[in-house]
Amino acid sequence: MRVLAVASGGGHWEQLLLLRDAFSRHEIHFATTSKVSKHEIGAISVQILPDCNLRQPLRTLECAVRSAFLIARLRPQIVISTGAAPGLLCIFWGRVMGARTLWIDSIANADRLSLSGRLAMRIAHRCLTQWEHLARERTVHYAGALL
Amino acid sequence: MILVTVGTQLGFDRLIRLMDEIALHLPTTVVAQIGAGSFIPRNMQYHRSLEPSRFLELVENARVIVGHAGVGTVLAAEKYRKPLIVFPRSAGLGEHRNDHQAATASALAGRQGISVATDRDELERTLRRGLRSELELPLGPKPGPSLLAAVARFVETGELAF
Repeated sequence: MRVLAVASGGGHWEQLLLLRDAFSRHEIHFATTSKVSKHEIGAISVQILPDCNLRQPLRTLECAVRSAFLIARLRPQIVISTGAAPGLLCIFWGRVMGARTLWIDSIANADRLSLSGRLAMRIAHRCLTQWEHLARERTVHYAGALL
Repeated sequence: MILVTVGTQLGFDRLIRLMDEIALHLPTTVVAQIGAGSFIPRNMQYHRSLEPSRFLELVENARVIVGHAGVGTVLAAEKYRKPLIVFPRSAGLGEHRNDHQAATASALAGRQGISVATDRDELERTLRRGLRSELELPLGPKPGPSLLAAVARFVETGELAF
């Protein structure tokens, strides 16, 4: 499988790397918002996207355009993201262009799903929370947590 | 050595300022990663942003870690089994877009090796206990096997199998 795994820098990225064993046998491409060496993480490629959050419309638009080109070029079969907004945009374009898509909400969201997560619930094929009490039948599943 | 981190992105001047005051009275050096904060510490060594490998090296050498409720900090503290004191940002004070760090902190409070402090007294008291080795150590990293398995299954089949 050609997999694109996306996360913003910081805690989201750290959580994505902790899930790396789940796709290590596949053709794995990463995308993130801060500079990472592809050798360091054993990926075929690491793409850099502009950081954005959903409250910054212009940055979000720029990231939406860049992520659309990224997905069109890579044509991943699977898109996975641990957040935040750039990951959501990749999930959106991934789904539009025929990939299966999975959102894993950050463990930092213990009270409710993140804003991106609540949108991902509608956009991604599947959505996971890392908090059992946030799971909802059919829309948000709980399958364990990283911490 | 005590390591203070507020992450590499947002600043967190309230915590850095408090730690700078407390550092003056502590019998050990304090190193801080201050991110984009505007308060410049006088009594601590500080870095704006540390390379991940350098950050982990400091975690490994620290006796106690003080941080915002960031996942990266929690994972690093658990990896090296260092007591972590979490001092959450407050959305009410304009330190974060929402109170999810306070929420994370309360969810983390029951975890072995993690204490939560919300004011100066509590922070200083907990720090001193840490330096006297009176704080519990975290259990060590525990990768979630079921989450990993669920994601692996999704990559293979496009389904989570619920």
